[in-house]
Amino acid sequence: MLTYTLRRLLVAIPTLLLISLVIFLLVDLAPGSPASEIPLTVPPEVKAKMIEAMGINEPVHIRYLLWLKQFFWTEPLYAIDAAFGTNYADGAPRIISYSSKVPVMDYIGERLPQTLIVIGTAYVVAILIALPIGIYSAYRQYSWFDQVGTFVSMVGYSVPTFFTGLLAIIIFTTWLGWFPSIYNTSLEVVDWETFKQQVRQMFLPVAVLALFNAAELSRYTRSAMLENLSQDYARTARAKGLSERTVVLKHVLRNSMIPVITVITLGLPAVFAGAIVTEQVFKINGIGAALIGAIHVNDLPVVQTIAFITAILIVLFNLVADILYGILDPRIRYD
Amino acid sequence: MADGAAPVLDVKGLRTVFRTRGGEIHAVNDVSFHLNRGELLGVVGESGSGKSVTMMSLIGLLPSPPAEIRGGQVLLDGRDLLQLDDKGLQEVRGAKVGFVFQDPMTSLNPVFTLGDQLMEPLRKHMGLDKTAAANRAVELLELVGIPDARRRLKAYPHQFSGGMRQRVMIAIALACDPDVLIADEPTTALDVTIQAQILELVKELRQKLGMAIIWITHDLGVIAGIADRVMVMYGGQVVEQAPVRELFANPQHPYTRALLKTIPAISGPREDRLKVIQGQPPILAGAPTACPFRARCEHRHDRCDRENPARRAIDGQTVGQGHDVACHWSAPAPAPRAEAAHA
Repeated sequence: MLTYTLRRLLVAIPTLLLISLVIFLLVDLAPGSPASEIPLTVPPEVKAKMIEAMGINEPVHIRYLLWLKQFFWTEPLYAIDAAFGTNYADGAPRIISYSSKVPVMDYIGERLPQTLIVIGTAYVVAILIALPIGIYSAYRQYSWFDQVGTFVSMVGYSVPTFFTGLLAIIIFTTWLGWFPSIYNTSLEVVDWETFKQQVRQMFLPVAVLALFNAAELSRYTRSAMLENLSQDYARTARAKGLSERTVVLKHVLRNSMIPVITVITLGLPAVFAGAIVTEQVFKINGIGAALIGAIHVNDLPVVQTIAFITAILIVLFNLVADILYGILDPRIRYD
Repeated sequence: MADGAAPVLDVKGLRTVFRTRGGEIHAVNDVSFHLNRGELLGVVGESGSGKSVTMMSLIGLLPSPPAEIRGGQVLLDGRDLLQLDDKGLQEVRGAKVGFVFQDPMTSLNPVFTLGDQLMEPLRKHMGLDKTAAANRAVELLELVGIPDARRRLKAYPHQFSGGMRQRVMIAIALACDPDVLIADEPTTALDVTIQAQILELVKELRQKLGMAIIWITHDLGVIAGIADRVMVMYGGQVVEQAPVRELFANPQHPYTRALLKTIPAISGPREDRLKVIQGQPPILAGAPTACPFRARCEHRHDRCDRENPARRAIDGQTVGQGHDVACHWSAPAPAPRAEAAHA
């Protein structure tokens, strides 16, 4: 297992390098140039200097290698410096956002908590409600619970979040006035009152996203459970005199977890990509909003960095999924 | 066993129905039989004759819905299992009645160790702690002929061959010293040499442990080798029941006679084709009003269409004790033994 994990980590390096190259080139080839964002009132010679300072007149391979160096060497040094108060980075140039002129990593660091809190909570809530629903639906197949669950899942999964989000805003904000529709990023939780406020403003986005994710996840759980409930080993477990609870929640569930783990882990990077649409609907100033904003103003460093971080997460969670498979099912241990 | 001793298992008038979209399927119709202590009862019949469904009905292993037990009694040591609730049944399953299934490749849970699966019934029914259960599990694995048992507790099913897995299944079924072991075609999925090994193992275990066994099969050769008594099932009913020698020497029911004819002779001139019983087993939609075998029977007459034959004893004993048959037709007196096998 350890050998396997190490091997997979090593294989991930060329994969990530290739992805980084593709992302870099794609963003580079996209129409529009950061230079076009410079106001026309700026004199041409100043503009030329600015272009040179941004480095966008260098050949593409030089820019790529410099970006790699910044991403994998300079930025980690800054991170270490920030954490331990050292000075390894020694003022080396960082990846700077074109539009806001702050280091991209700082910018992401400001935005990330919003995304993690809201979207992450939604994801956890989705898992917590989807698993029991999926398990019970399968156990009582075609019961009224299953029928209702199937219907709700179908609706939850087929209606996009920008619709359910707006619907929720109309009902709960405009008509009932229970929850705010705009997420206040600057709210700091310091006491009970602000905590309640935080919970209230999180409620709608979390509910909307959780419904969507739970719908998908409960369907996967249900079908995996159904497939395994009718397996011979479930009958063996019953013939041993084990309680239904043990049969279903130990024997059948463990076997059903593989497809569910796949959906959960491979869906996780989406948490970091920020469930872009939901962030827009509820005006949450997270990573997704940052990405959209950066695309609008040709802020290439920000776009590249967010895209690449997402790629790293996808590769990482693929690995996590594979390791979890091995833990769940001894037949998938690779050494 | 003496006839006077109370049987360990006594099944009376069992009826099991499957409710499907297309209507009801009457899979088990008024099945009665008993099992004496230490006895090995062979249950024979082709696929769909209701053998497995009968045995699974006994301890509530059929999923309900669609299965529904409509009537009868299943007396295990005088206690009616059909009256028990789920919890009561759970205490019987695995403790008093052990079950071995047909396909050892799929009957074990692939994601738990064999030790874990073997120790589950020990911990549940016998209340053993981890160490005691592990020790008992090692004993059991050794009992069923698995060497290096202590290390094997940590093995997973996929690391075992089919024969080995069936040995483990037997060990699980025997874990809590059951009174009755039900083996549902335990050798069908295995190749012949492994089949022979498992048969030997069961014979040996029977001598050591003395439990009563119900052995379901469609292989008459296996039955001839191990059974004390044989029950032939067809269309969800018991059509003939007799001690094993009696059944092979003096088969009464046309179905039994046809089954015996289908056994290919190993010696003697080679026959052109394997013998078959023409036709299909019946689809059991509705309670039987006629003999289920009539469509394939060479002795069919009017009465067979009107009336489902009841079991009648042919040797003067009560039905179920000696040799009985459910057929309107009376077989001629047995020919000399050598011919009877090819009659």
